[in-house]
Parts: sequence; C-alpha cells; structure tokens
Amino acid sequence: MLKSELIKRLAQEAKGISHEDVETLVKTVFQTMTDALCQHHRIEIRGFGSFSAKKRKARTAHNPKTGINLMVPEKWVPFFTAGKELKERANHA
Amino acid sequence: MSDTQTLTKADIAAAVARTLGFSKIQCADLVDRVFEMMKETLEKGEEVKISSLGRFQVRQKRARRGRNPQTGEAIEISARKVVTFKASPVLRHAMEKSNGSS
Repeated sequence: MLKSELIKRLAQEAKGISHEDVETLVKTVFQTMTDALCQHHRIEIRGFGSFSAKKRKARTAHNPKTGINLMVPEKWVPFFTAGKELKERANHA
Repeated sequence: MSDTQTLTKADIAAAVARTLGFSKIQCADLVDRVFEMMKETLEKGEEVKISSLGRFQVRQKRARRGRNPQTGEAIEISARKVVTFKASPVLRHAMEKSNGSS
C-alpha cells in the first residue's frame, strides 16, 4: 500500500471529510514525524511502535575498487521498533 | 511538544488540528485511523510504503535456537512474523542534512 492508497482507503471510510482534507491529514502526520526525527527526537505511537534517531560516529571508509580512503562524517539514522499491538497482530494473521 | 524529546500521537493530532482547523478531539480520532489503517494492512501481510518516511514490511522468521542471556539457558524461539522498517532515502537525506535543531 502506497501513501496515495492509504489516503484513498481512509477517504472511503471517513464520512463527511473531503478527499483533500484526508490528503492534508496524512501528509501532516508524516511531515510531523519527519521533522521530529530531523531534530533527533523520539516518536512514540502507542500500539504501533516507536521511532528513534541514532548517531553514527564518523569513520574512515575504504573503496575497495579504487583503494581510496575517505572520511564519512558523523550522521544520524532512523530506527523503528514495532509496538506490542502491531507485533501481535502481524504475527497472528 | 509536551515532552521536549518525544513526539506522541497527541502532538501529531495538535499539528493536524492547526493545519486542518478541526477540533483536537476529531483530529486525535483521525490520526488514530491513519495508524489503524496501517496496522490493518500489515496484519494482512501487505507492505506499507510511505515515500517520505520508509517501508514497513511483514517478514517471516524461521524458528531458531536462542539463549537467555541472563541464565544462559537454551530455548527454542518459535517461527513468527515480524514487522520491519526501512527508512526511505528521502528521510535518510533529510536527517543527514539536519543538525538536530530546526
């Protein structure tokens, strides 16, 4: 399911809310989450799961093809852990 | 954010209320439905792909022998389905460019 399909399915079940508003809703949800992760904040969605930002230290990488060593700067990467309810529902099906 | 470090569903609902102009109660319900729809989809074994965030997928894990790290006791970990998440390049790049402030 893509974001566009998620919007479509939600619009079908939501009575009295325009397709356009559902689109704004879904986009705002994911934009808010992206912004939080960019600020290295945690996200906790009860029943779904939590997201966190983890720091990767700067390191020197090595390209085996050219033999060149290069510096990879420190960076932040996102992590997701499924919540209890999602874990149980995914496993049960 | 209520807690400066953790974004919760209430914070997301508040952001939705600001953009849509609906009541907070209604927005909390709408945000719930978004995640409920994602859970329903994953429950069916279907993957969820959000271009700005990443891909959620249900993967089958085989049974394996594990060990209780505290007691050292060997135990059987049963076969199961787990949800995995892979961040999209869009999110990865956004996080790399950010310096933690906004």
